[in-house]
Amino acid sequence: MTDTTMAAEPIKLTRKDFASDQEPRWCPGCGDYSILAQTQKVMPDFGVPKENIVFVSGIGCSGRFPYYMNTYGFHSIHGRAPTLATGLKIARPDLMVWVVTGDGDALSIGGNHILHAMRKNVDIRVVMFNNRIYGLTKGQASPTSEFGQKTKSTPVGSVDYPVHPLMIALAAEASFVARTVDTQVDHIQKVMERAGFHRGSAFVEVLQNCLIFNDGAHRAFTDREVREDRMLVLEHGKPMLFGKNRDMGLRLNGLRPEVVRIGEDGITEADILVHDEASEDPTIHNMLARIYWPEFPVPIGVIRNVPRPTLDELIEGQIRDAVGRRGKGDIQQLLGGGDTWTVE
Amino acid sequence: MTTTKGHEVPVRELDRVTIRFAGDSGDGMQLTGTQFTRTAAVFGNDISTLPDYPAEIRAPAGSLPGVSGFQISFSSTDIHTPGDAPDVLVAMNPAALRTNVKDLVPGGALIVNSDAFTPPNLAKAGYAASPLADGSLKAYSVFAIPISTLNARALEGLDMTSKQVDLTKNFFALGVMFWLFERSMDPTLRWIEEKFGGRPVVAEANRRALQAGYAFGETTEIFHARYIVPAAHLAPGTYRNVTGNEATALGCVAAATLADRPLVYATYPITPASDILHQLSGYKSYGIKTFQAEDEIAAIGAALGASYGGALGLTGTSGPGMALKAEMLGLAVMVELPLVVVNVQRAGPSTGMPTKTEQSDLLQALYGRNGESPVAIVAPASPAECFDMAVEAWRIALKHMTPVVYLSDAFLANGTEPWRVPDLADLPDLRFAGPGDGATFYPYQRDGTTLARPWVVPGTPGREHRIGGLEKLDVLGTVSYDPDNHHRMSLLRAEKVARIADDIAPLEVFGPPDGELLILGWGSTYGAIRSAVERLQARGASVAHAHLRHLNPFPANTGDVLRSYRTVLVPEINLGQLRTVIRSEFLVDAVGFNLVRGKPFQISEIQMKAEQLLGDQ
Repeated sequence: MTDTTMAAEPIKLTRKDFASDQEPRWCPGCGDYSILAQTQKVMPDFGVPKENIVFVSGIGCSGRFPYYMNTYGFHSIHGRAPTLATGLKIARPDLMVWVVTGDGDALSIGGNHILHAMRKNVDIRVVMFNNRIYGLTKGQASPTSEFGQKTKSTPVGSVDYPVHPLMIALAAEASFVARTVDTQVDHIQKVMERAGFHRGSAFVEVLQNCLIFNDGAHRAFTDREVREDRMLVLEHGKPMLFGKNRDMGLRLNGLRPEVVRIGEDGITEADILVHDEASEDPTIHNMLARIYWPEFPVPIGVIRNVPRPTLDELIEGQIRDAVGRRGKGDIQQLLGGGDTWTVE
Repeated sequence: MTTTKGHEVPVRELDRVTIRFAGDSGDGMQLTGTQFTRTAAVFGNDISTLPDYPAEIRAPAGSLPGVSGFQISFSSTDIHTPGDAPDVLVAMNPAALRTNVKDLVPGGALIVNSDAFTPPNLAKAGYAASPLADGSLKAYSVFAIPISTLNARALEGLDMTSKQVDLTKNFFALGVMFWLFERSMDPTLRWIEEKFGGRPVVAEANRRALQAGYAFGETTEIFHARYIVPAAHLAPGTYRNVTGNEATALGCVAAATLADRPLVYATYPITPASDILHQLSGYKSYGIKTFQAEDEIAAIGAALGASYGGALGLTGTSGPGMALKAEMLGLAVMVELPLVVVNVQRAGPSTGMPTKTEQSDLLQALYGRNGESPVAIVAPASPAECFDMAVEAWRIALKHMTPVVYLSDAFLANGTEPWRVPDLADLPDLRFAGPGDGATFYPYQRDGTTLARPWVVPGTPGREHRIGGLEKLDVLGTVSYDPDNHHRMSLLRAEKVARIADDIAPLEVFGPPDGELLILGWGSTYGAIRSAVERLQARGASVAHAHLRHLNPFPANTGDVLRSYRTVLVPEINLGQLRTVIRSEFLVDAVGFNLVRGKPFQISEIQMKAEQLLGDQ
């Protein structure tokens, strides 16, 4: 996002300004409602006029998201939202562009596009709703469905191993990688706000519940009663502590992560890893993207956040350099360039 | 006409000469041909060229599949094709001789590098004995020149390996040809300086090779004449030589200027379209943005995204890539945004013959999508015309808010001809669609004439709206599953494209307005058809030529033209795709002439087919 997206005068928009006149049509109780509400809530914080904001989506339940945002919106085709967002951003560096997608859309049919939008550091925020199932097509296994999971398309259990979405984002060199949960309202807001202010390719996994086809997919660690013990809320510069009493933590034992309890076996807070989201070295970030319940608490928050020039900045920069070196090109001269001859 | 020039040989004047350079794909035949072409063009000849190269970058040296050729026809009169058969063949090795000599006209000049006719090379080409010695070439004037040896001698003393020295022998051959056809070496010497200025030894080697070849022509006594092809009488103006791909790229750049919008070219490398990317990626100081996408789908997606943002979103590909782009093209139809998709057709199906030409993607362009999905289709007829048709593609896309498929092919893309440089001021104004000034705004409210919807881009305050691939409610543009609305919208999308017929030039006829035979063509067959028709007309035959540049919709008078002749012949480098459409659209019992060999028609082939039809009546 370049400075031109900012309003000249501070504008005071509210959540309501970002709600379109369309009635959301997700199933009652769907986690998508919460993500929509929190997104609408944080949008005014960016100070970007709503006409300069574009939501692009693919196919699936998440694909409906743009219809409910009173910004510009493009509901495209399955898996291809990052491609449209990339072209839009190249043509219009002044716009703030979001991509809303799901686990099937982003990681199956659109896997290649996610990979390249991230590595090229396209200045887009990809918000992936991960319900670990195909919802809109009524319940087939998705690339994040569990091994052995019984679904409509896998009646005796899935034989596919699931992917780890955040590891893919990290492997693709996304410059911002985060995870949040649909039921944790404050946390979604925080993460969406961080993603919104990030410049470059941001990948946000939202663990989202599909009430109809995969209810409770994340419940084992997101339920109110257990979540403090089973999720690790990451904060930059803070030790990786968790648990109701914040007495459990993550440390490295050699090259392996290990859950330890403060006070046991002489463990002190000094033994606990301190989160550094800005570390260029991705080793710890990869570890955080990989560990999962039940072996480990599930990390949520911003895992990685590093500055890198964005695709649109680099393209504009090359144009600026070329104009600086040769002057602004004259198209008429270009047409008449090369070896020419004149017929009288 | 024969005059004596220089000290020895007479100079003969010819109207037209066709030369083919053939050698190993590593021998630099494309470069040699291009240099001769530039020189002939700058001299003022009308020219037409046909590069013919294998898909393999370096097939095994000396092998038959590794032969690369470049044919140029240059003339003092208006010509339309690179010539049916070469008058002169330059063969750098036995394999090149074997694969090309059958095309040489009887009595034609055959210039060979005799050094390359070694037993191993002869064996690789399948010769039991040297054709230079066994009398099998006596139908031709054979000039066996030890090019490698003479060239190596000329480069003696330079700090180069013998392999490097050998790489310059093509310029020796070029020098010989420059002498034989009385051409100045200056354009090529200038090119050497520009290209190799930073590497003085390489520059010097190429200079010496070229000059040694020229000097050899001057001093040897094997040639009995030199030939001059005077300049052609082209329309006044400034000319340059362009390939179809170059002209396509320039046309799109010009269109962006005429539309006063940025051009974004998003593409994925594919033969024979990649040169468009190479060219446009060098135009940064002109503000042109290029994007090499991760795949064909991403390329058209990014182009459509750029169009959504208000730019000229352009993508380019060839057949296999076109297949992958189909779904996104359907989205472009649904969201009714301007988009141009360049398909440089090549021989298919599947990977087919990537470097060879074909016209077999017309039905794909027309029908290759799910649903009722109309797009406009245009096709340039010659390399230079690629410029005009690229501007035309954008004119249609922008004015009518529709995706346009632009069907070029490998022959147009790599072939060259002189192009009269236009003045931007003479080209159409392409500043059409805007946000509209009305107090009310609906995303699918249509223009009364064209049925185009408004192009309101993100950043326009107060007009935030959503578009997408789901069916739209007429006018309002919200999602709709209403049965009658879907029927109405399907008709509207079809009608919008059909109305383009009111906005394009009528189909022109070359020849009598009615009569025995009309030859109807499209795309790169133009030159061969026109030349055949000229020959037939010169002999008094009742034959006309009409060439379609707009394939969807057709010009409004197309049916009337077709019905004015007893027989309609449709030559195509496919198995009858335009013919199928013509028959279903106009109920005209058109006759096909279809050859799919990966190469252009010869004039004589079309002429013979026409004569056969005329004789049958």
